[in-house]
Amino acid sequence: MLFLIGTNTTEAHPVIGYKIRQAARRGAKLIVADPRRIELAEEADYWLRLRPGTDIPLLNGLMHIIIKEELYDKAFVAERTENFEALRETVEKYTPGYVSRLTGVPVEDLYAVARLYATTDKAMIFYTLGITEHVCGTNNVMSIANLAMLTGHIGRPGTGVNPLRGQNNVQGACDMGALPNVYPGYQRVTDPAVRAKFQEAWGVSLPAGVGLMIPEMFDKANAGEVKAMYILGENPVLTDPNSNHIRSGLARLEFLVVQELFLTETAEYADVVLPAASFAETDGTFTNTERRVQRVRKAIEPLPGRTNWQTIMALCAKMGYPMHYRSPEEIFAEMASLTPSYSGINYSRIEKEGIQWPCPTCDHPGTPYLHARSFTRGKGLFQAIDHIPPAEMPDREYPFLLSTGRVLSHYNVTTLYSAGIQSLWSEEHAEVNPDDAARLGVETGSKVKVASRRGKVVTRVQVTDRVPPGVIWMSFHYRETPTNVLTSHAVDPVSKTGEYKVCAVKIEKI
Amino acid sequence: MDLVKLQIDGKEVEAPAGSTVLEAAEQAGIHIPRLCHDPELSPWGGCRLCVVEIEGMRNLPASCVTTAAPGMVVRTGTPAVIEARRTILELLLANHPLDCLTCEKTGDCKLAEYCYEYGVKESSFAGERHNYGIDDSNPFIVRDLNKCILCGKCVRACAEMTGKDNLDFAYRGFHARVTTFGDTSYLESDCVFCGNCVSVCPTGALMEKQMKGKARRWELKRVKTTCPFCGTGCNFDLCVKDGKIVGVASNPDSVVNGRALCIKGRFGWDFVYSDKRLKTPLIRRNGKFVPVSWEEALDLVAARLKEIREKYGPGSFAALSSARCTNEENYLLQKFVRAVMGTNNVDHCART
Ligand code: SF4
Ligand code: SF4
Ligand code: FES
Repeated sequence: MLFLIGTNTTEAHPVIGYKIRQAARRGAKLIVADPRRIELAEEADYWLRLRPGTDIPLLNGLMHIIIKEELYDKAFVAERTENFEALRETVEKYTPGYVSRLTGVPVEDLYAVARLYATTDKAMIFYTLGITEHVCGTNNVMSIANLAMLTGHIGRPGTGVNPLRGQNNVQGACDMGALPNVYPGYQRVTDPAVRAKFQEAWGVSLPAGVGLMIPEMFDKANAGEVKAMYILGENPVLTDPNSNHIRSGLARLEFLVVQELFLTETAEYADVVLPAASFAETDGTFTNTERRVQRVRKAIEPLPGRTNWQTIMALCAKMGYPMHYRSPEEIFAEMASLTPSYSGINYSRIEKEGIQWPCPTCDHPGTPYLHARSFTRGKGLFQAIDHIPPAEMPDREYPFLLSTGRVLSHYNVTTLYSAGIQSLWSEEHAEVNPDDAARLGVETGSKVKVASRRGKVVTRVQVTDRVPPGVIWMSFHYRETPTNVLTSHAVDPVSKTGEYKVCAVKIEKI
Repeated sequence: MDLVKLQIDGKEVEAPAGSTVLEAAEQAGIHIPRLCHDPELSPWGGCRLCVVEIEGMRNLPASCVTTAAPGMVVRTGTPAVIEARRTILELLLANHPLDCLTCEKTGDCKLAEYCYEYGVKESSFAGERHNYGIDDSNPFIVRDLNKCILCGKCVRACAEMTGKDNLDFAYRGFHARVTTFGDTSYLESDCVFCGNCVSVCPTGALMEKQMKGKARRWELKRVKTTCPFCGTGCNFDLCVKDGKIVGVASNPDSVVNGRALCIKGRFGWDFVYSDKRLKTPLIRRNGKFVPVSWEEALDLVAARLKEIREKYGPGSFAALSSARCTNEENYLLQKFVRAVMGTNNVDHCART
């Protein structure tokens, strides 16, 4: 059984979408929870069309039924988890009637899905940004974990909680320590022993305090405290929420370096732009959403004359810190020697087939699924979580709820430079429900102005019942329609992820 | 696993129970020609090129849909078998444009390969030929139904790999063809342009438009790599000629995806050669970007970053690394931020 929540897999992760569809057609049960009638909703045994931002009530409501009907995995809960009583208390008030009112999902469907999920031997949950891009993103993720632990659907093949990572190497960038609080392999920068290890390996003294996360960087740039930035291969002006705040922060910097393939909106603010090499021009590795470390191979010479690792190395040398790698393979080897979860991986082992970390030693086969015998912290901890409504909901002045996401043919921004793909899908088509379209007097192809409290954009519309009445859905791929000037500035307090999925807007025909 | 023992071309062969005769032969290193069979697709048994002789069976059965049974005695190359295969190939050729000199598929065409192997040159069945128009209305796939041999692999790929059910057989007899629902062009159909149908087509009926006129198949250097577009991490081959990428080809040895890809992975690579690619470093002077040498650009970056670090302290610097770049690039960037700039202010757009 497959339970998809907040993931439009066929568009964001097409090949995983194919596999889910194949599994459904072979007889696996499929449950889809999504406000939009996404493609897989049509294949689903149950499609729960919940209101945007009501994932926690839905999940709590399912757990309420599972506990009430004693369908949970008592042995698993007793042996492998803690804090069950707190969870039981919290979900107590999420009765089917209450949950149905909050989410819009019929009571019968809540019962059917709760029973089906709890009584199936193997059930997997998949989620993506539809879950994390909320003020309560971290809580959403923990709620999903609660549900999986409660029913023991974790730590065995064909079970578990599977976040589908958006960009190709999000997993790897996290693993490599491109995060303000950890070195490669999630080793804390605040741990003195870890710091000592890296100091010795790198031959320098290293900072002890946790650094800034992206939203804090731009807050401090706006406040004049962050003075210089180096941005490698990201375009926050187009992809981060509330792009006007990003723009003003970049404009205030004394010095900005952008290393990029194209002169992006972000690069326009740079003092120095360094041309980047693409994936086809370098050797290296990517780590996919299932933690599989796979080879990237150089097919052609770098168009700008050098690869990105050579550029960073040259800069370090000029700043008095020479590095001596002759190839990406040597960089990988150094990283692996300092990163326990990668230390059994090297280029020759992954020549034919990638390996899934953790892989601590060279004779270790890799780890296809986590949490087999214990969780990272020992016992799984249930987190009692209550509903947090989205930070900004529609009101009289801004009556529509705007939600954002990806479309199949585009991948953030790179695909905009593919001539073929551009020729088929070259502009934004905001999805509007037929009822709303009739009231606004628009039809497919009409142009409208969409405005929020933070900004406005012009877009064409597509009239479709994929979206429910009152909701408008847009992607963020197009520079002519920079959707993220509209999105909310609210962030999840823990992960600092922007609330891309929900904000209030008004629509005017033009 | 249960094994069945049988004899193929005089060899004793053991194969897992449930294998087809074709699979059992393959295991013993005996290749049986096939046009409609594909290990990634459901069995179909339509082309009959894989016929063999099996003792005790009256007709020549198609080995790709015959289950291997204990004690079977199979012969894959008897005169009757060869004759049957030649007849099939001659019939196919009777209705096939013989433009192999300029056909894009030359060098990789199964029909041509088997005709060569069986010495089939011209067809003795001269007759009516199709004259379908070529569908190249979309940017990715060229469809030339005149070259279609009705093996149905594209129909199964679309249904079973992609799950789109966009293709099916239509019409009967001489007019039978594979087409989209409503017999439209690919562009007007429900096609999502994954190109999975192209990757299984044995002839030049379905071809990648991007590769048209760019290279002969045997000239291509294939470089296996990982897709740069989403977290699935599909593998494929970049096809390179004279130091330039000309296309993407499925690589069946990909653990994650097999031959299946999506539009981005298969057709999105041309961003690499976009005329908007930056090739030289740029420095802003008087509000305008001017091209400079690498030396000059890096000297300026190093000098300014040193200056700012000294004047305001390491905490005044922050860096964004990239969820699109390789692990090695990310590792180096965070090392630069920590070891050289002396701050932990490094993050990436994992949250976007
Ligand atoms: S490109 Fe994909 S969706 Fe389109 S017909 Fe071929 S297999 Fe089907
Ligand atoms: S081919 Fe498509 S599904 Fe596969 S990794 Fe690339 S973008 Fe993702
Ligand atoms: S390959 Fe066996 S019938 Fe076509």
